[in-house]
Amino acid sequence: MSSSSCKKCATSTSIGKKQIMGVTGLLLCGFLISHLLGNLTLLVGPDAFNKYSHTLTSNPLIYGAEFILAAIFLSHIVMAIRLIIENRAARPVKYHMYKKSGRGGTLASSTMPFTGLIALVFLVFHICGLKFGTVYSTNVGGVEMRDLYRTTIEYFQDPLHVLGYIVAMVALGFHTSHGFWSAFQSLGLNHPKYMPKIQCLSKLFGLVVAIGFSGLAIFCFIKGGH
Amino acid sequence: MGGNSTDTMSLNLKVWRQKNAKDKGQMVDYKLDGVSPDMSFLEMMDTLNTKLVKEKGDTIAFDHDCREGICGMCSMMINGQAHGPEAETTTCQLHMRKFKSGDTIVVEPWRAKAFPVIKDLMVDRTALDDIMVAGGYVNVNTGNPQDANSILIGQENAELAMDAAACIGCGACVASCKNASAMLFVSAKISQLALLPQGEIESAARAQAMVAKMDELGFGNCTNEAECEAQCPKGIKIENIARMNREWFKGVIGNR
Repeated sequence: MSSSSCKKCATSTSIGKKQIMGVTGLLLCGFLISHLLGNLTLLVGPDAFNKYSHTLTSNPLIYGAEFILAAIFLSHIVMAIRLIIENRAARPVKYHMYKKSGRGGTLASSTMPFTGLIALVFLVFHICGLKFGTVYSTNVGGVEMRDLYRTTIEYFQDPLHVLGYIVAMVALGFHTSHGFWSAFQSLGLNHPKYMPKIQCLSKLFGLVVAIGFSGLAIFCFIKGGH
Repeated sequence: MGGNSTDTMSLNLKVWRQKNAKDKGQMVDYKLDGVSPDMSFLEMMDTLNTKLVKEKGDTIAFDHDCREGICGMCSMMINGQAHGPEAETTTCQLHMRKFKSGDTIVVEPWRAKAFPVIKDLMVDRTALDDIMVAGGYVNVNTGNPQDANSILIGQENAELAMDAAACIGCGACVASCKNASAMLFVSAKISQLALLPQGEIESAARAQAMVAKMDELGFGNCTNEAECEAQCPKGIKIENIARMNREWFKGVIGNR
């Protein structure tokens, strides 16, 4: 029962990889929540949203934070690709007929690679369309800053953008509804009493992500007087 | 026991036929009449083989032993599910009354890189034994045995260990997992020993060794779908996988 040979490569074992997926996934869930809460300033008004985004982007620590966030995203994606390739290789000959029992896997759990891919494609469009979108400037309380509110509202005047956001956020909602509790399972943080609650919270999390972000896109669409 | 012709069923079977490990294999259609609803699935397969013998055909090879649902030898993917559609039931305990006359039933072997097909529906499950050899045991010093009551075990852990020990090692978890992962099997064996004082001491190192072997043999990775739990004939819970993940992580920390 020698384990000395495998301690060096813990991150390349099946469980190591799953635990990296879990930790990075949970951190990304934390990012989603903070992003959603920040976006709620859209509901307050242009000044509140612009002040919020200015406070974030004018802080020099933002580059460090962005770097760490990108690293988390990248490890989650790279690990996912490795796992998908290995999992496909583990069954070289496919079944003639394969049927789920209905007592185990769910739509969310069986579509993780697809919903993840949708989220990834979305992320590229999201950053290009908003962060690197049209730059307007405004003055809030005597401070010159970027009018990201205008960029956002204008971006969502295109119904295709709104539709794209809804599709992507529903996909992300499914993704997180399985991913959130799954992370706890992978990390071995389970308890017969709390696991059902965590699973329930996971579904709620997915719902909040899907409805929250889609709702904001629809809000911007309506707000722009379309 | 039935007997008259109105009670019997006629079935259309699609069975995987493969001469040996190197053969490509294919699905072959068979029609079987006179199947009693009281037969087990294996008895139905026996009836088909009897028919094939009479027709001077090659019989279908499949694994079986106790036919009481405890040995873990029978396998078969039946209509796309490990051991068929009934929950917590092995193929030998699945009865034909669960099907209707005229049904088409698809029968395939377990499919995984680590379970190569030997012939037809028989697969080589030595990989599971290899994982056991890597750490599925308890080291004990030789000498006089201890007094039976000197090691106290809490009732809750005794029950959980017994639940994990119910695993018959049939490989249905691997077969039903979309990733062909063996984690339910490995975690049941790890849990069974980790929950008892005799096995607890080595549990982290055991998890490390067994997981390393599992990976080496080419099983897939768990994506927490719980399809293994749903199709396990012994109802092994994925809580065991969480325990294995925990024990494995203890091993990573402990080895530093």
